Amino acid sequence: MARYDSLLDACGGTPLVGLPRLSPTVPEGAPPVRLWAKLEDRNPTGSIKDRAALFMVRAAEAAGRLRPGDTILEPTSGNTGISLAMVAKLRGYRLVCVMPENVSTERVQMLRMYGAEIIFSTAAGGSNQAVATAKQISAEHPDWVMLYQYGNEANARAHYETTGPELLHDLPTLTHFVAGLGTTGTLMGTGRYLREKVDGIQVVAAEPRYGELVYGLRNIDEGYVPELYDATVLSRRFSVGTRDAVLRTRQLVEVEGIFAGFSTGAILHAALAVAHEAVRDGRRADVAFVVCDGGWKYLSTGAYGGTLADAEDALDGQLWA
Amino acid sequence: MAIEVRIPTILRSYTGGAKVVEGAGDTLGDLLTDLDSRHAGLKARLVTDAGVLHRFVNVYVNDEDVRFLGALDAKLNDGDSITILPAVAGGAFGFAAAAAIAQHSAAARAARGAAVAAR
Repeated sequence: MARYDSLLDACGGTPLVGLPRLSPTVPEGAPPVRLWAKLEDRNPTGSIKDRAALFMVRAAEAAGRLRPGDTILEPTSGNTGISLAMVAKLRGYRLVCVMPENVSTERVQMLRMYGAEIIFSTAAGGSNQAVATAKQISAEHPDWVMLYQYGNEANARAHYETTGPELLHDLPTLTHFVAGLGTTGTLMGTGRYLREKVDGIQVVAAEPRYGELVYGLRNIDEGYVPELYDATVLSRRFSVGTRDAVLRTRQLVEVEGIFAGFSTGAILHAALAVAHEAVRDGRRADVAFVVCDGGWKYLSTGAYGGTLADAEDALDGQLWA
Repeated sequence: MAIEVRIPTILRSYTGGAKVVEGAGDTLGDLLTDLDSRHAGLKARLVTDAGVLHRFVNVYVNDEDVRFLGALDAKLNDGDSITILPAVAGGAFGFAAAAAIAQHSAAARAARGAAVAAR
């Protein structure tokens, strides 16, 4: 289908493409092991977050939490903010994003272009300060609505109702699903759907392992696990370092022509690991993984060129996924 | 050959500031006991009184989450590489941010509920 009534109706339904060059070669007579990429960068604002943003807004509307003209407040500078800005614009809401003043100019320009208002918090305070500022603003405006993607069941449901069925429809022989672990919405929703429908399905998480600065909490008890996370949905969980994520991101564009962001590189790294295990064990495998977004928003990091060590340095201390 | 263990910044007070330490053991539990003999107090930060991994601690064996490999009973081999990390939420905003929003959302819901009730 290629015609839709509006941009919102064009959310999802993304292509699943085979990766014949990156799929491992199997010995003569052995069952095939194939990699498939779900191109979520083909969503309206260019990332998988469009699905969650649309579902979270629709759920809030259905519950009477959002009414025409209302204001959505979200402390975010990432893909979710961009998706929410687009949905808010088309559904008639105002979006206020709170973000540290040192986020990349692409993010700020993109959010403003979509009509979001931005309130900056101090760079020195990082994301914690952005949240503190958002809380303060929210206290002054109790009628403003925060959707909170880490605990919003509509985030996972978006993938249970769309991503999962799309994958199974396009690839009934699917044996592995590999995606990134952030809010956990993609893996929880898609994983639950596939577990209900596919015997022996392997649901595999790829979690970005950032530079040390990102883990600079004072105490283990300050740690955090998103409310949406349910470990029983997963079969395995890989931690992927910056170097491997950059290496695979570059390989994906060089070998298969897919220009993706670094979180996709981390996911591909885990997908290749399970694909090579299947080859070693002589098992058939159709491994589908998520391409979360395109590489455009990350070009200014400089991590697409130069040596891997340079790229690792460029991304050190950044939340690159 | 021994097992290499990467220590996160917040736990380096137990290792004299060392980022990487070495240990031995057939299982993760054994390894942590061995480490604790030289870095007293480390194990208690990772394992609860109930004998399970702390909710906000993630341990990876060769980059794979040990909770899916048998947790403290996970088998180890010489030459394995272990990474210990605090649990944080990925995405554009970090762990503390997400936790703060969670608290806030609960408070906001309660406040809205009270406002509706007062009408």
